[in-house]
Amino acid sequence: MKNFSYHTAKNIKEATKLASSKTAYLAGGMTTLPAIKLRMAAYSDLIDIKKIKDLTGIKVSGKTLKIGATTKHADVASSKEVKKSIASLSSLADGIGDPQVRNRGTIGGSIANNDPSADYPAACLALNANIHTSSRKIESSKFFKGMFETALKSGELIQSVEFQIPEKSCYVKFPNPASRYAIVGVYVAKFKSEVNVAVTGAKSYVFRCEEIEKILSKNFSESSLNSLNLKTSGLNADIHASADYRAHLILTLAKKAVASCK
Amino acid sequence: MQEVRLEVNGKRISKDVPDQTLLSELLRDILNLTGTHIGCDTSQCGACVVHVDGKSVKSCTVLAADINDSKITTIEGLSQNGKLHPMQEAFKKHHGLQCGFCTPGMVMSAIDLLKNKKNPSDQEIRDWLEGNICRCTGYQNIVAAVKEAANKS
Repeated sequence: MKNFSYHTAKNIKEATKLASSKTAYLAGGMTTLPAIKLRMAAYSDLIDIKKIKDLTGIKVSGKTLKIGATTKHADVASSKEVKKSIASLSSLADGIGDPQVRNRGTIGGSIANNDPSADYPAACLALNANIHTSSRKIESSKFFKGMFETALKSGELIQSVEFQIPEKSCYVKFPNPASRYAIVGVYVAKFKSEVNVAVTGAKSYVFRCEEIEKILSKNFSESSLNSLNLKTSGLNADIHASADYRAHLILTLAKKAVASCK
Repeated sequence: MQEVRLEVNGKRISKDVPDQTLLSELLRDILNLTGTHIGCDTSQCGACVVHVDGKSVKSCTVLAADINDSKITTIEGLSQNGKLHPMQEAFKKHHGLQCGFCTPGMVMSAIDLLKNKKNPSDQEIRDWLEGNICRCTGYQNIVAAVKEAANKS
């Protein structure tokens, strides 16, 4: 690995003070460390934020569920509060990577990385999440900007993710049998006045499928999607799945999600 | 350099290591605990799984400095007074290995499963071992071994 200096930050102020365009925050390291090893990334310093108590934890208040940035996938998956308020988010966390990745990987790390096939970004878009950072609050519709790109500025630290609790919701993904990353994942969330459908794995980054949302907002049923044909323009095509296949998967998974919504 | 203080298999150690030292490197190259294997080195294959404070992690993707003051258990720390751990016994009995390269990681991961779930079904065992890749056995005997270890504990 390329050399870097490792620091532990005691609090948010200390972490942001150490940060620059050449540094990275380190939480679970499940993406950062492999990226450094593969020479896809190089940093002068890694700033470990796991000791900062304010950045971890799960809290339900009123109509929102707030999860601290360094909360691990395994803790989200096993949390009673999450199961009770947004069960689909609990099962999403339980399906990320493998048990060892879930024991280290964090929600903040996942959304800061914005992998085109990551699960949490779909949850953020479907559940109208607000991303709280060291300097502001960002709506998730404005947070995910492109492949591995987010609205985060240099040194800006994610503190927590605040999800709106829906009436019902479900996340269904079709994982690549080898990597277990989503070839396509669809998150359906029904709120009182709207239905959100977020899709991961199918384009260069997570997006909301307005065609499906429009239909489900009028008639929230599996059969209402029967006559829909999705356009394939902009959809990923690779050795794992063609654009046509991904379009078909979006619709199929959306139907499955609607059928299993609770 | 970072001073790393750990308890490894019940023994306290303290070493000065370069900042970028991985836990897998500390274990293998500095502490000579070569039972922890490095397969893919990109946190996919699971050959490097060890326990940090009782939870299974992939040691090739954890910085040694990052887990200061933790308790580490590796495959070398399982047997007690020359007696194999029940999971090791079960792997031996059911021939849950052929070349043996993935075995340390499989065993460490499977022990963590039984901490979380006392009597897992075949499917739950397979799901849990998703992050441990074996290219020899076809997994059948590994599942049988974990099942027996679960029944015995």
